[in-house]
Amino acid sequence: MAAGGLVIAFNVPAGLRKRLAFNADKVLAPNAYLRIGTDDTVSVILSHCELGQGILTSLSMLIAEELDANWESIRAEHAPAALAYYHTIYATQRTGGSTSLVSEYDRYRKAGATARYLLVQAAANRFHVDAKDCRTENGYVIIGDKKIRYGELVEDAAKLRAPEDVPLKEPGNWKFIGQKVKRLDTPVKITGKAIFGMDIQFPSLLTALVARPPLPDAKAKEYDTAAAMAVPGVRQVVVVPSGIAVLGDDFWAAKKGRDALKVQWDAGESAGINSDALLAELKQRADKGGQPATNTGNPDEALQRAAQVVEAEYFAPFLAHAPMEPLNCTVQLSADKCEIWTGTQTQTDDQKAAAEITGLPLDKVLINTVFLGGSFGRRNIARSDFVREGVEVAKASGKLVKTVWTREDDIQGGMYRPAFLHRFRIGLDAAGMPIAWKQVSVGQSVMTGGPFEKVAVVNGVDAFSIEGTHTAPYVKNIADQRIELNTPVWPITIDNWRAVGFSHTIFAMESLTDELAHAAGKDPVAYRRMLLKDAPRLLNVLNLAAAKSGWETPLPAGHGRGVAVFEAMGSFSAVVAEISVSKNVPLKVDRVTCAIDCGLAIHPDGVAAQMESNIAFGLSAALYSEITFKEGKVQQHNFYDYKTLRINEMPKIETFIVDSKEKPGGVGEATVGHMMPALTNAIFAATGKRIRQLPVMNQDIS
Amino acid sequence: MIKLTVNGKTHQLDVPADMPLLWVIRDRLGLTGTKFGCGAAQCGACTVHLDGEAIRSCVVPAVRAADKQVVTIEGLDPALAGPLQQAWTEFDVPQCGYCQSGQIMSAAVLLKHNTQPTDKDIDDAMTGNVCRCGTYQRIRSAIHLAAELKRSGAIKLTLPS
Repeated sequence: MAAGGLVIAFNVPAGLRKRLAFNADKVLAPNAYLRIGTDDTVSVILSHCELGQGILTSLSMLIAEELDANWESIRAEHAPAALAYYHTIYATQRTGGSTSLVSEYDRYRKAGATARYLLVQAAANRFHVDAKDCRTENGYVIIGDKKIRYGELVEDAAKLRAPEDVPLKEPGNWKFIGQKVKRLDTPVKITGKAIFGMDIQFPSLLTALVARPPLPDAKAKEYDTAAAMAVPGVRQVVVVPSGIAVLGDDFWAAKKGRDALKVQWDAGESAGINSDALLAELKQRADKGGQPATNTGNPDEALQRAAQVVEAEYFAPFLAHAPMEPLNCTVQLSADKCEIWTGTQTQTDDQKAAAEITGLPLDKVLINTVFLGGSFGRRNIARSDFVREGVEVAKASGKLVKTVWTREDDIQGGMYRPAFLHRFRIGLDAAGMPIAWKQVSVGQSVMTGGPFEKVAVVNGVDAFSIEGTHTAPYVKNIADQRIELNTPVWPITIDNWRAVGFSHTIFAMESLTDELAHAAGKDPVAYRRMLLKDAPRLLNVLNLAAAKSGWETPLPAGHGRGVAVFEAMGSFSAVVAEISVSKNVPLKVDRVTCAIDCGLAIHPDGVAAQMESNIAFGLSAALYSEITFKEGKVQQHNFYDYKTLRINEMPKIETFIVDSKEKPGGVGEATVGHMMPALTNAIFAATGKRIRQLPVMNQDIS
Repeated sequence: MIKLTVNGKTHQLDVPADMPLLWVIRDRLGLTGTKFGCGAAQCGACTVHLDGEAIRSCVVPAVRAADKQVVTIEGLDPALAGPLQQAWTEFDVPQCGYCQSGQIMSAAVLLKHNTQPTDKDIDDAMTGNVCRCGTYQRIRSAIHLAAELKRSGAIKLTLPS
């Protein structure tokens, strides 16, 4: 290290250190997902990454359940990049789509059951009894009055052959699944000990900040490094495909060096991008129509015979993810190895990207996944942008280097949630029910160019652009309908944002449903009951949320309730928001009631935590968030102009989880979308003002 | 050279006049519990105590902390850390966890001055700390509980060192 003469700690996650000390003779490792040590420690190897959603705990619960483990003996660590950890549906190592438990529910239970089988067999062999005469509990095999610690059996069990298949417990015998346990990562996260990517340190590590173009298609025309190199502590300036990297002894040196760097950018076609023009283009495209996603019957004719026609158009802006931990990637590159430390959701893609850049074979690229300081999709992107850049900086500089993004880099160099416009023309019959459905949705395609394009984009329609609209139960049943998608191609980088398509389609659909209810002269909940009469799980959560929120109880003037109910990520949920707003009194969300049927709730308190998180995230976006462009430049910079929800704005949230034995659905993104229309529908109830364009802060609701 | 005392340990450091305390704590002293979130005193992830008061270390030059006492999450007084960490555990507050050091450091100053904070007191003390995971409801509950634990002295939690 530089000045100060101090040697800083070698900050490598405990799990990785443990792996280095791994002694194969002294552990039971019947599969890739767990290891049991002679000290009884059960190490759960996480095929998915922990980014706040709680899988470190819930995947461990699945193993603990079938292993009959002692919860106190469980440790969990992220897996390396390897085939064994591929997502069971996506066939790549990836955390996303709220599918970690969907992917691992069987695999991790079987992993635990296999280990238990071997431990029992080892005990049975040792004491010359039949395995049937052994039982397991809390980290012990029990034979009559003998209790044998798992650790004592590890060496014998490791010599046995693991069976192909093992029976799993009956749900009636579960001790962990469905119960409350303490999150395993709480202790390190409340003491400052948790190691995030940002916290990786080595004695010789340099920090790099990259001067990136204002928009991706701009190129550095001229640059002068002299002033940057003159900053004390700056060691090197290198050109990489994404920009110009300044390497320094520490963040501050690199930051000052980058500030001093003189770059002239030669802007590409994005130089002319303006948000006003983009919105106008979305509208023009909606006029033109697009590729049909559904086209049945004769919706124009049905509109003619409708008792009334409701027209509405909803706009959702570009959004940044703004996870608390800005992006970073540490890379150590040598002639025969590339080692990466970062918080990532896409290990396989990152490994391939690094292999491609360095020319090394895949097995010489090691990915060390550390805790992710949030993501919301930013660390689950198609092109591994920040990992690629980190590897490029290491390659160009020849240094052990951590590439760090500032908050401004994060807000301005985003992979944004695309802006979307959804336009509807709906015909209602005399009873107020929809009989004709015309919809044109317009926005950039998130899946095009990514790994899931072939599955997601069919006949020019990215299913994620209209996610949940064409498959809504009350839409599917309409004989006369046409849903079209128009997909502009713009030089604005976009990618997954928490809840993906649902982050804007639920706003449109559940605002529209409220407008239809109003047109039909029906109460918003009563109307939805009619729409969802053949969708029992949605109907159930709607009724539950309505009852628990006191929907029928009148509110004083200046208060209002809004509801949203939708299926997303394999879960069914309803949200009721209660707000107050009046002249001279700013809008306040007082209370939110959430009912969710996520199938089997493996960790109910984790589900409740995710509902709070979904609601806060959706509310934050609905109230404040937008990325806008002026002359090709993003107008927002940091939390002062990309505002987020704060504690004084947090409503009281109550979550009710439906008792269900259906297969687990996702919860990490299930109600982000719901909160937006629940809020705007509540504002309508309180003020009569219908908000069709987010964020709410731009609208006059006084 | 400045004399910087962090968690009771004194260091002689040669740092640029404008180098924020955050980067001295993290990059020079290797204490990574204090987080970088915004660099503009907007999010509170970098909150530490300077002579007992909560400051945003990402905008305070280290030279301003010379000859003063700096406390980070790693060195928080057990009389405050104990009740806070037990309460945080009780409600399993953290999700991604990145902001939680800052949240706890802000809450510690509140608890030091206020034995029974109201919701309004919590709002006033904690509004500068952003949590993108939205753990605010649990933070609020945990602060109420921590205050109660501090008053009663009923601390049972032992965290791994």
